[in-house]
Order: sequence, then structure tokens, then C-alpha cells
Amino acid sequence: MSSETQKILTTDGIPLEVSLKKSERRNKIKAFLLVAPLLLFLIITYVFPIGDMLMRSVDDKMVTEMLPKTFKAMEKWDGKELPEEEVFKAFYLDFRQLVDEKREGKLSTQLNYTKNGFKSIIKKLRRKSKNFEEGNYKEQIMAVHKRWADVEYWKAIKRRAPAYTSQKYLKGMDMFKNENGEIVSVSENRRIHRILWLRTLEIAFFVTLFCFLMAYPIAHLLATLPMKYSNLLMICVLLPFWTSLLVRTASWMILLQQQGVVNDFFVGIGLVADDARPEMMYNKTGTYVAMTQILLPFMVLPLYSVMKTISPSLMRAGKSLGGTPIVAFWKVYFPLTIPGIGAGCLLCFILAIGYYITPALVGGASGTLISNQIAFHMKSTLDWSFASAMGLMLLTGVLAIYWVYNKLVGIDNIKLG
Amino acid sequence: MALPKHTELHYRIWHYIYLTICGLVFFFLIAPLFVIFPLSFNAEEFLSFSDGMKSLDPDAFSLRWYKDMIYGTKNPWGLAAKNSFIIAIFATIGSVLLGTVAALGLSSRHMPYKGIIMAVLISPMIVPLIISGVAIFFFMAKAGLAATHTGIVLAHIILGTPFVVITVTATLSGFDHSVTRAAASLGSNPVNTFMKITLPLILPGVISGGLFAFVTSFDEVVVVLFLAGLENTTIPIQMWTGLREQLSPTILAVATCLIILSTLILVTAELLRRRSERLRGINR
Repeated sequence: MSSETQKILTTDGIPLEVSLKKSERRNKIKAFLLVAPLLLFLIITYVFPIGDMLMRSVDDKMVTEMLPKTFKAMEKWDGKELPEEEVFKAFYLDFRQLVDEKREGKLSTQLNYTKNGFKSIIKKLRRKSKNFEEGNYKEQIMAVHKRWADVEYWKAIKRRAPAYTSQKYLKGMDMFKNENGEIVSVSENRRIHRILWLRTLEIAFFVTLFCFLMAYPIAHLLATLPMKYSNLLMICVLLPFWTSLLVRTASWMILLQQQGVVNDFFVGIGLVADDARPEMMYNKTGTYVAMTQILLPFMVLPLYSVMKTISPSLMRAGKSLGGTPIVAFWKVYFPLTIPGIGAGCLLCFILAIGYYITPALVGGASGTLISNQIAFHMKSTLDWSFASAMGLMLLTGVLAIYWVYNKLVGIDNIKLG
Repeated sequence: MALPKHTELHYRIWHYIYLTICGLVFFFLIAPLFVIFPLSFNAEEFLSFSDGMKSLDPDAFSLRWYKDMIYGTKNPWGLAAKNSFIIAIFATIGSVLLGTVAALGLSSRHMPYKGIIMAVLISPMIVPLIISGVAIFFFMAKAGLAATHTGIVLAHIILGTPFVVITVTATLSGFDHSVTRAAASLGSNPVNTFMKITLPLILPGVISGGLFAFVTSFDEVVVVLFLAGLENTTIPIQMWTGLREQLSPTILAVATCLIILSTLILVTAELLRRRSERLRGINR
């Protein structure tokens, strides 16, 4: 039997298989075209800029472009003794060019980052180099200042030759590359970033834990109460969820300040003396309390939606088979709620790890997180490449958790309200 | 939740402890919001309950902070409110249009690479705001849109679309596609089918997605902090500045208004959710 005779044809005489494939492809294109506008919009305005952050964080072209001849000449230099005349000549030519373009100030700032002491000797070189004679630049430059005759400064210049650097990422972990190219940690009393990373993890972890401990009983209550009561109580969860973050933070500021409502209450019931009111804000306590309340709905809602699907007859069955309520809960009910626990905890943790507004307002110096440091470098020091590097380090962490979340829960299953 | 009569004593005690814990958690959730209400009517400048307020003396209450909010000299709230509403409305329109169309495509069973595309579309919701803020700022600065309303609206569309995509996709998951096929077989073209059949059915999802987008934009402060100039100040920015510098009762008056607004939005969203479930035949 030949396969020719088995082919089913459509009325147009095209084999059905081909025709189906064609229409399938047309449907695919149609569906994709619907998604395309948003996808394109997000890629241009969002995905590419995140790539741009990556470029900025490793970009170190500035000095590379300012001293092209010098770095070309330095390729042959072994970096042990003072370089040859050739390098000095190239440096002089690059430097004259920069002075003509009035950019030598930028060079001195950049080189000063690498090694302290460049600022003054570049200023001096600018003044003296106007009267340089042709030839023997090595002697002339070294005569300007004794540091120009110090090989360490030339090594520092050479270190800026590569167009890309991992320096910002190292700085984010309180490390740097020393003169010999080894990666070492900064001295112990200057390790601010490690403390911040650890504190961010710690606060995110405990906020998630507190949220879980508080959300579990009320989610259970909401899922088991008759509809007319649970709807009313649900408002207590949803109203904070819909209320402005700043409003909720403001209310905590009123409650927690030293002359605030909570302290007044404590004094009123005689728990603390009027002159010994505890600081509950502008420290870690403030961050913990406010963030727990703000993130609590994000834990309650996934737990509730899972608990709602658990039939109460399962618990009854557990009990009728001889389990005490505690055993029935632990062996039957709790395992069934694990998907909800996973979803809620991951959601809470992801949100907490990137929190910015609340810690900035109630956290003080000891309750701020890595996000605050990123904002600080964006707005105050204007070290955007460092902010980008830290942002991407944080993003990597979040995406890892997101990936786990997706494996466990599936992004399609995110529910709102 | 009444206990059966035969319940043993120690379970009874357990049960009441459990109810007390739940009560305390609900109190912790909702009480902070209610502190703002009475204090915004404080006649004095302090942010704690005065003796007069505790004894419910009418003289201890006043509307002076509300007057200050509306008529105060060099008052930033008017401009901020205007900007906030304009930005939020345009951002909502943009998010709803882009998000709904994308959700229609995503819900089609022919959609290729669904997982990865969904991950990209949802990412602005997952990526910490501070990182989104930095990235969007770099883009807007390059495009010359920093410190413009357009730039902020575009930024809020980025942040708002994931919510629309999620809610509309959820609505479409229970959607009976035979009705659109029926319309097509009766000679309706795709646009007409969408307007007459699909849209009315998914409208609750679209509107509640729109509400999410509106609230996201209206409440957004991190990205705006990077993007806004003096002219683009919004309510969240003013609140942020106010809370950082000094907590004045005027902020509480604004906060009270915002709580009322969010209550209205909550009620609308709840009604829509129920309507949507009824339309899709989901009964719980």
C-alpha cells in the first residue's frame, strides 16, 4: 500500500496535514503579534537598560581612552623598573592632548581613585609641561616631582589600561585588587558592605519568619470561618494591602516615636518610666515591626487560597482514625498547606530583600538595607557604576529565588487579591 | 466558630488561645491605620493624643490640618495631587491597553515560548523596585525623558502592566472559547467579536487589573524619586519629603484622604472580583 493513497486532502486539494500545519503557524503568529507590542516595549525600556547597568558596572574605558598612546607603549614594559623613554614620550603626548582639551582634571580624579597622590603631581606637570623641550621627556617629567620618578605611580597608571574592570563588584564585597593584582579584603573596620548584605539577609529572613508565624493562624481562621464572617475579616487583610505604603509607614512613625502612641501606652500602664521611654524607631526594631505589618498580607493571601481548598473532612477523618487534633493537624493539614507556605515565604522574602522606602524612613542607621546603599550612591555620591554593580548583585540573588519560586509554584499561579 | 458541647476542657482552652492570637494579629494589621484618623483632627501640633482628645473634648478636635492641606501657603499638595492623578490615569490607560492585548495572546494555546515570555512580562513586578528605578532612570536619561511627565508615565506603565497581564490572564483561564467561535461562525469579524463578546466577559478582570495599575502608579515613590524634577512632584514624593523632614499633622490629613481612596478602590475591586467569578460560573 503506498502512502499516497492514504493522504487526506482538503477541498482545495492540499493535503490536510500541510493545511493544518499552515493554520497552526498562522495562529502562532497571531498570538505572538498580540504579545509583541508589550514585549517590545519592555525590552526597549526595561530589559536593555538592565543590560546597560551591566555595561556601566564593568566599564572602565575613561582612562583607557584618555591615554591611548601611553598604554600602547606600555605593552612592552615589564612593570618592574621605571619605564623607558618611549613610554614617557607617549604619556607626554597624551597629556598635552588632554590639556589642550581641558580634560586633565578628569584624568587626575580617575588616577587618584587608583592611587592617592596623583592630583597634585598632575597639576604640577600641567604647569611645567608648557615649557618642555623636545626630546628626553623621561628626564623632564621625572624632574617635575619625585613621585613621577617612583615606579609605583607608573604601575598605578598601567593598572587602568584594561577597558573593563571587576573593581566595582569587588568593592561591593569590601574587596579590592592590590598592587600585585591579588584580591584582598579591606581592613576590618572598613567592611561596611558585607555588614549590609548580611543585615539585608537577616532582616529579610526574620521578617519572613514573623510574617509566617502571624499569617498561618489567621489564614486558617479565614479559611474555616463561615463566609459572612470571613469576608468581614478579609477586609482587615485587604485594606492594608491596598493602602499606600507611605501611609502605613507614616502610621508606624506616629506609633513608634518616643512621644508616640505605643510609648504613651507603655508609660500609661506603668511598664516603663516616663523618662526612660525606649527607642523603637530609627533602629532595627522599627524596620522589623513596620516591614512585618506591611508584608503580612502577601503571606496571608497565598496561604488562604491554599487552605481554602483543603476539605475539612480530611481533618475529621484524621481525628476519627484516632489522631488527637494536634496529630491530625501535624500529619494531615500542615503537609497540605506546604505549597502555600512556600509561595508566601518566597514572595515575602523577595519583597523584603529589596525594600527601600520603609527602612529609609524608620530604620535609622542600624536598620537600613542594601537598597538604601544603592540609592545613596545613585543620588549622593553619583557613583552610578557602583550602584549598578550592587544592584546587579542583588538582582542575581532575587532571580535565583524567583527561579525557585517558579519551579515550586509557577508564575502562572500568582494570584492577586 | 462554636465548639461542640462535648469538647474537652484543654481543647477549649487551646481554641480560645488560638482565637486570641488571631485577634491580636488582626489588631496588629488594621490598628495602625486607625491611629491616623483621629490624630488628623488634632487641634494641636503634636502627633500624640492630647489629654483633651482622650476626654473627647470637642475643642481638642479641629479641621485645621485639612484647611492647611487645601489652602496652606506655598502648599505643594495641590500640584502634587494634580500630577499624581494625571500620571496615574495615563499610566493606567497605557498598562490596560498593552497588558490586555498581551494577555489575550498569552492565553492562546498556540502561543510559542509561553514560559519565558511570561517571565519577561512579569519581571518588573519581581525585580526589586530600586533596581527597576536605576535601570529606568538610565533609559529615560538617555532618551531625554528624565524629569518629564511622559517619562514617569512610561515608567509606571512598565510597573503596572504585570498586574494587568496577571488579572486578565486569570480571567481568561476560565473563558469558554466556544462563544468566540460561535460568533465567528455567525459571520462576525475578529475585532467585532472581541468588542461584543470577549471584552464584556473579561471586563471585570480588565478593570481590576486597571485598578492595580492605578494604585501602583498612584503609590509609586522609588522610581519617581529618581525621575521626577520639581515640576513633576507627586503625592508620594511630597509625603516622602514630609516624613523625612518633619512629621506634620498635615501629612496625616493627606494620609486620611488616601485611606478613604484606598477603601473605595478595595470595595470596587472586591465587587468586581465577585462579579467576575459569577460570570465565569465559579462558585465557592
